[in-house]
Amino acid sequence: MFNFPMTPPAASNFAGEHDALFYAITFLAVLFTLIVSFLVVFFALKYRRGTKADRSRPMYENLALELSWIIIPTILGLAFFGWGTKVYIDMRTPPKDAMEIFVIGKQWMWHVQHPNGVRENNTLHVPMGKPVKLTMISQDVIHAFYIPAFRVQYMVVPGRYTQMWFTPTKKGEYHLFCNMYCGTQHSEMGGRVVVLDPREYADWLANNGSKPQTLTVAQAGEKIFNKVGCNNCHGGADNQRAPSLAGIYGKTRVMTDGARYIADETYLREAILRPSNKITKGYINSMSAYEGQLTEEEVVSLLAYIKSGANPAASEPAMSSALAAKESRISEGTAGNYVGAMQFNSQRADATPTKRGNKMNAVGAMAAEKVGDQ
Amino acid sequence: MASITHPGHGDGHHGAHDEHHGPGGVFHQYIDLEQQNDSYIVGMWTFLVTEVMFFGALFLIYGLYRYAYSQDWFLAHEHLDYVMGGVNTFNLLVSSLFMALAVRAAQLKDRKVVLRLLGGVMVCAAIFMVIKYFEYTGKFHENLYPGPTFTKNAEILHGANLNKAQMFFGLYFAMTGLHGVHVVVGMLIIGKLMHMWWKKNPMVTEDYIPTELVGLYWHFVDLVWIFLYPLFYLMPRPDALAAHASGGGGH
Amino acid sequence: MSTTVTTPIGGLDGSPKVEQNYLTNGHTLKSWLLTTDHKRIAILYLISITFFFGLGGAFAGLIRYELIAPAGNVLESETYNKVFSAHGIIMVFLFLVAVIPATLGNFLLPMMIGARDLAFPRLNLLSWYLFNAGGALVLAALVNGGVDTGWTFYTPYSSLYSNTNVSLAITGIFLAGFASITTGMNFIVTVHKMRAPGMTWFRLPLFVWANYATAVVMILGTPVVAITLLCVVFERTFKLPIFSPELGGDPVLFQHLFWFYSHPAVYIMILPAFGVISELITNFSRKRVFGYHFIAFSSLAIAFLGFLVWGHHMFVSSQSMYQSIVFSLITYLLAVPSAIKIFNWTATMYKGNIRLDAPMIYAIAFMGLFTVGGVTGLHLATVSTDIHLTATYFIVAHFHYVMVGGTITAFLGGLHFWWPKMTGRLYNESVAKWNAVLVFVGFNLTFFPQFVMGFMGMPRRYHYYYFAPEFQPYHLMSSAGATALGLGFAVPIFYLVKSLFTGEKAGANPWGAHGLEWETQSPPITVNFETVPIVTDEVYDFDPVGEHEELMAKLAGAKS
Repeated sequence: MFNFPMTPPAASNFAGEHDALFYAITFLAVLFTLIVSFLVVFFALKYRRGTKADRSRPMYENLALELSWIIIPTILGLAFFGWGTKVYIDMRTPPKDAMEIFVIGKQWMWHVQHPNGVRENNTLHVPMGKPVKLTMISQDVIHAFYIPAFRVQYMVVPGRYTQMWFTPTKKGEYHLFCNMYCGTQHSEMGGRVVVLDPREYADWLANNGSKPQTLTVAQAGEKIFNKVGCNNCHGGADNQRAPSLAGIYGKTRVMTDGARYIADETYLREAILRPSNKITKGYINSMSAYEGQLTEEEVVSLLAYIKSGANPAASEPAMSSALAAKESRISEGTAGNYVGAMQFNSQRADATPTKRGNKMNAVGAMAAEKVGDQ
Repeated sequence: MASITHPGHGDGHHGAHDEHHGPGGVFHQYIDLEQQNDSYIVGMWTFLVTEVMFFGALFLIYGLYRYAYSQDWFLAHEHLDYVMGGVNTFNLLVSSLFMALAVRAAQLKDRKVVLRLLGGVMVCAAIFMVIKYFEYTGKFHENLYPGPTFTKNAEILHGANLNKAQMFFGLYFAMTGLHGVHVVVGMLIIGKLMHMWWKKNPMVTEDYIPTELVGLYWHFVDLVWIFLYPLFYLMPRPDALAAHASGGGGH
Repeated sequence: MSTTVTTPIGGLDGSPKVEQNYLTNGHTLKSWLLTTDHKRIAILYLISITFFFGLGGAFAGLIRYELIAPAGNVLESETYNKVFSAHGIIMVFLFLVAVIPATLGNFLLPMMIGARDLAFPRLNLLSWYLFNAGGALVLAALVNGGVDTGWTFYTPYSSLYSNTNVSLAITGIFLAGFASITTGMNFIVTVHKMRAPGMTWFRLPLFVWANYATAVVMILGTPVVAITLLCVVFERTFKLPIFSPELGGDPVLFQHLFWFYSHPAVYIMILPAFGVISELITNFSRKRVFGYHFIAFSSLAIAFLGFLVWGHHMFVSSQSMYQSIVFSLITYLLAVPSAIKIFNWTATMYKGNIRLDAPMIYAIAFMGLFTVGGVTGLHLATVSTDIHLTATYFIVAHFHYVMVGGTITAFLGGLHFWWPKMTGRLYNESVAKWNAVLVFVGFNLTFFPQFVMGFMGMPRRYHYYYFAPEFQPYHLMSSAGATALGLGFAVPIFYLVKSLFTGEKAGANPWGAHGLEWETQSPPITVNFETVPIVTDEVYDFDPVGEHEELMAKLAGAKS
């Protein structure tokens, strides 16, 4: 056997830090195991019944000994805890300039959407040397997005966004696994992560011509924003009915009950789907809930639009004629239920009898589209 | 050797592998009645600890969701009939009083009074279940049972988000339902206890501990309801809604 | 003590008159099925447990066979998922949780404290029936088409998506859970109230301490997982929305509640094993255990801290960063009491008169395997390394080192140690010794490669890995080891059963061991002791120096 690797490839900024820590803990673990094994075997032989070893003054209690093997492991443990936590905090703190890629998991494939609207399934292309932030959500059960070569992994949960980030450091192709058991084809819900150098990545994005060029995520969000009618209330400036959403992302919002929230993805998502839960100070609970009305793609697109600094004051969205033409094509089959930039399927959610019944409206559309994708 | 064995007490019932208790109602594994009673009491409290953990998980789930969805839950809860719930609360409190008095009567070995008081407990428990029955059927008629048939009419829930209202009613049925099961089990146990008193079984007439153990269980069942009632029937109006009401705005 | 019995193997003959013992006291099937004797119930449990272990082991064999080839050998993915779920469900809920407490614990706990029986013998019998009823429902679920959720039943897959027999299996687990709760209640009351005169808390054998700590975990944790799993059944059967995300429920909340039990459940499995090892090490070193108080209190510390670390199963599950950090810290602290035990056992062997009989070989194997299982826990307690390793084969290897290398090794050691007490017969010692070595080697060959594989990123619960053939050599090693390990688990059944018919009579105390259970005849009479024992001395009152000199003198006498 042939090819006998014992370590995973190291291809991200975390790989070095992770491996240093891993080997340090392993060293401690091996040392500890060797000490115990050696003593046990040594005593078992030396004090075997009938050997002529010195057994005088046997010892049954020794406080100094007990304290030393309580305190030394505790100190070592705390040291490793501190080191591990430092690395962990890095792993959970994406840099501000990280490029954001959306990932949507569903039984049993990954949909990836790049900022400019290019999308791919079960493959993730990333540029080398640039921090990448993945914002992930699941449409059905819990999945986990796992790239061993990058030493990163995080669960992809229905109903909430999770994030992780990394900076690829080595060109090549690496495994992508779903690492949270998700049903029959769990073991095949994976693919490749391809690290390109930045120019190749740019080319790849530009020449992704086999698929029709689409709107960027934010542009798609803008279309939905107007289509659904968000712009009826949320204008360029705060008005009586609703606050403006221009530049809202990342701001602190004050609620009627005095609570304060940062307007991050999760907050905004809830504000769209379940607006009555948190009412901004100075407004009344008048917005209807969009839960079940929007697919996860649509919500993702809306968020991208809002984050891009949504300024619906300009009532005519600046859209190229090409895009406008595309719009008419899309809206043909959709009967008013516009399915975001990812154009998975134009069927309506309620027209998709899946095996499990149409439990989640938002998922329905995605489940049906699987047929079309494969 | 680590220990020396020599004749101890407990003569008279060792070697007995029969299940029947010896003189004085002591089972063969115990040295004397005191040890038996101590064991019973520790056992009962241990059991109640497991019950607390059992309901505790549900209360935790309730607490988290209520915190997250306080407004919708408030609106949904207004649909519950706090009068019915209140009557039931009073009813269970009275049953607890009867139970406490029954234990006292058992200590005094007053068989007739014990039987009468336990009968009172049974009546209260039965009334509780009847009222629950009417509450449940009311909810079923209004399609407030979670699932695909859940009402689409937000008006009867005062405009609550129907999904959140479903979660509210889901926990309502889960928690009050499990409590109801405990009430029924309690009635069976009290019935058995009454039967033993009726038959003048020395295990209960000579010793009040079995009666007290049943009492402990019954008080626990009451106590769970004492928490359930305010949590489900008597929610305070969330601030956001209060502001909404005073703002006078409509939809 | 001066009255110490130092006779080696085959010592005390017991009283000359033929005594009725618990095995001969009634021969009808009814006398077994309606028994309230804790010893008979322990034997009944032993039979049930062995059955479920065999079944779970067969599923494990199927998994290992399937994983030899990167694209599978015989199974469909759907079936494979059901097989690993069945393996997990049976091994965790129907074997590991009950294995030591319900068999050795049930048999020995009353005898060790000088009681005639557990406090609630009928409840004890009920426990066995609940366990079997639960087992029967799980079997029904398997026969009926299986369950494909894994033993963890994560929502929303289990509550909304899986269309296998989830509810049936969960109901079975629920019943088995109540079997565990009743056992726990019985142990707690028995230890508190049924100790013989003079049996103070600090004269309790360490096995009793360990089972007491286990019982506390059982009664606090099991109800929580019972109600949590019941909520999944509510969702599936009665459509009560509790964890379903589409209505605003939180699927991750299920994980919190599940691990609130299932992490402490690890201690339900390993604490009694610690108890067994404490007994084995001290009795086969023929020396009082080192640091009795530290070992006893470390059990309680583990039981307590065990409830505060559940979040370390959820480092990548979207719980907050601060939560993860706190859980990581407490997990590190929890490593200390386990380390205390290992060190104290090692120190116990120092200056002992060590007998390397089969139970002691198992105990030594335990020390090695559990240490490896424990120290690899450090990789997983550290959040940043856990992010890479979680849900890979590294985890699989880690918990098998603890559960199989720890619990099952200890169980086998304990079973061999107390077998003469339970049956009155001696088994074939040399076969047992070699078998212990086989188990040790087979185990390491099976699970050590999985550490490497996990570090390389092989995910658990994967049926196929044709897209990552670099894992195949490790899978091959693992499957080869599993064959040896399976053999090592099967052989004892033969020689132990054989000993029932042809084994030499054991006598009351064949090992010259200390403890109340060795002071009554083997097999014991139904009420354990002729008279209530009165305890006057410390536990494990060995005299290694005197014993050694006596042996030397005897050897010198034999030579001359």
